[in-house]
Amino acid sequence: MDIQEYFSLVFSDYTLRTITLGTAILGAVTGMLGSFAVLRKQSLLGDAISHAALPGIAIAFLITGSKDTNTLLIGALISGLIGTFWIRGIVTKTHLKSDTALGLILSLFFGFGMLLLTFIQKQPNANQAGLDKYLFGQAATLVEKDVWLMAIITGLCLFVLLFFWKEFKLFLFDADYAKTLGFNTNFIDILITSFIVLAIVLGLQTVGVVLMSAMLLAPAAAARQWTNSLSKMVFLAAIFGAFSGVFGTAISASQNNLSTGPVIVIVASVFVVISFIFSPSRGLLFRQIRFIANRRDLEQQKTLAFMYHIAETHDNISHPHTIKILNNFQGYTRKTLQKLVDKGYVTLDGTMWSLTEKGFETAANLYNQQALKDE
Amino acid sequence: MNNAQIEIQLIASLVAIACAIPGTFLVLRKMAMISDAISHSILPGLVVGFFITQDLNSPLLILLAALTGVITVVLVERIQKTGLVKEDTAIGLVFPALFSIGVILIAKNANDIHLDVDAVLLGELAFAPFDRIFISGIDVGPKSLWIIGIILSITIGLLFAFFKELKISTFDAGLAASLGFSPALIHYGLMTVASVTTVGAFDAVGAILVVALMIAPAASAYLLTTDLKKMLGLAVIFGVFSAISGYWLAHWLDASIAGSITTMLGLLFLVIYLFAPSKGLIAVMYREKQQRTEVSLLTFLLHLKNHTETRERHVNHLQEHINWQKVRAKTVLDLALKNNMILIDKNIVSLTQKGDEFTSKAIDYIITNEDAQIEDMKDDFFLFRG
Repeated sequence: MDIQEYFSLVFSDYTLRTITLGTAILGAVTGMLGSFAVLRKQSLLGDAISHAALPGIAIAFLITGSKDTNTLLIGALISGLIGTFWIRGIVTKTHLKSDTALGLILSLFFGFGMLLLTFIQKQPNANQAGLDKYLFGQAATLVEKDVWLMAIITGLCLFVLLFFWKEFKLFLFDADYAKTLGFNTNFIDILITSFIVLAIVLGLQTVGVVLMSAMLLAPAAAARQWTNSLSKMVFLAAIFGAFSGVFGTAISASQNNLSTGPVIVIVASVFVVISFIFSPSRGLLFRQIRFIANRRDLEQQKTLAFMYHIAETHDNISHPHTIKILNNFQGYTRKTLQKLVDKGYVTLDGTMWSLTEKGFETAANLYNQQALKDE
Repeated sequence: MNNAQIEIQLIASLVAIACAIPGTFLVLRKMAMISDAISHSILPGLVVGFFITQDLNSPLLILLAALTGVITVVLVERIQKTGLVKEDTAIGLVFPALFSIGVILIAKNANDIHLDVDAVLLGELAFAPFDRIFISGIDVGPKSLWIIGIILSITIGLLFAFFKELKISTFDAGLAASLGFSPALIHYGLMTVASVTTVGAFDAVGAILVVALMIAPAASAYLLTTDLKKMLGLAVIFGVFSAISGYWLAHWLDASIAGSITTMLGLLFLVIYLFAPSKGLIAVMYREKQQRTEVSLLTFLLHLKNHTETRERHVNHLQEHINWQKVRAKTVLDLALKNNMILIDKNIVSLTQKGDEFTSKAIDYIITNEDAQIEDMKDDFFLFRG
């Protein structure tokens, strides 16, 4: 199946439609909440939480013996939350830093989860197969019920987000100020974190424990490059996330042997790379262009200033000089000279140049303006 | 205990030591999450290396994979330097992308490649003794034992050779630079060692659980000591202890060895996190409570010093005046009495000479903004702490 075929099938084929919708919704909700994680400098929290969810899945299975997605996800949610609060406990109560706390919880919970998974595999209960799909996720196992669950939770997230928008925003950018205004910052913090955990847990089935953090980060990091407004960023991140989901599903469906999770992550990473390079205000490409333009401006000004200092020593400011003497000074190029002529600051006559009245005037005020600007 | 069991425990212990040494420095340099990133992103390096060498234990493959680890670090630093995103976001962006490439490479070449993603994540220590090296027909031991042994001896060699440099650059990068050690060189050296160790250990304990072996022993040791040498020693001991006890746990549960080693590390950390003498959770909470009481005591004494009139110094009045609850007021009162700071005469509280002296000194410190000095002064005055 190639990509074209995929898009013609996506509206008619039940499985494809479900998976596409599922990954799109998942991308949107993780993008939305990921914005908050990125802005709060908790990018790696997602990684820790998703790994920490693994033992929860295994324990939920051990207790209930059922492989029902919802049961397992509730287990994942609980152990994800325990992991999150333990991280907070470590960071606030001991002198271990947040990176150590994250790495600890991530690896310890994951290792414990793997112990339980291998323990379950050895059990005589034949029902256990398939738990390890949570490691890398299998979008193909999504059914309509799962998509509904995702949609409901996304709706809930959206509602809470809009309802507490002002509080969230204030808390994100100035937590101390929010506190002095009398907002319960602890509550807001827990609310945001819990929703991030929820979004991660939702994605475990599709993208898996290992790669879930990228779903949270990549759309948000990409969206951050295009705007400085929180609402626009959240919106863009949701769009990027949704598109990564759809494209990722399309590509993995059109190839054999490709799990959806890694492909979605790659697509999301491509979004990030494009944003890093091509974003108009922050992107590397335009930044470089601006940088070069600025340097050229500066060189031109330096040339003009140099000419000014020569012309200054003469009674007649338009007294011609040879271009050669400009060679003493490195900022000069043929191109900057031409630019100065175009601007009417300098006139050229063969190998001689002379400063015009306008050029003299500008050059005299060159540094004054700078001084004025600085004030 | 048969031969294979001894060999497994030996390999596990060596891996634990090899991880604990770079891990200690990573934790101290606040770069613990880098080990997580490296452990994920070596996957594409492993796959590409496998295409070239067709042997999971070849030194070339280890070098290639380790190179990917170093590339990850460089990439993270490059992205961070652009200022577009923060460091943690940069880490979080780089390694899932590289890991995904690795997973896709494996999936696309599933037929040619005898490499299983589960095995990369988990490793299989139980099979390690079966893959042996023969030199001219004589069995010299399991391959992984040799690999990790070589990596460990190189690590220890480097540790002894550059201990001073590592120590200084870890705690004071500026001083290290001014003394003429290149912090960048030491940084990348450490990253290379961490990458090589990760790759060497992945075969035994799996890529992700290497992270546990790097961070957990070091973090546990950090809660017990602030001396670098002791911390290294403790981390090594914790690592080896978890490796061996983890093996027996796995033996008993019939489950993944790597998983049980991590679980043992987790339990160890939990115990130390709760009970560490001065930095554990219980000690910290006890100290917080103590300080709260002592601050209350100081407030109380200041109040007494400010008021000479008996009405303000009545026991019951104090309770409502400073707005303390009964239990709290009683604790503070008892503490003050025990320390001979106050006298209670017909329910009227007054400062003793010692209490007066203490309070005056405290006021001096507060006025001159040297509140920290009060803490030292407490040792001179207090017979009993809060």
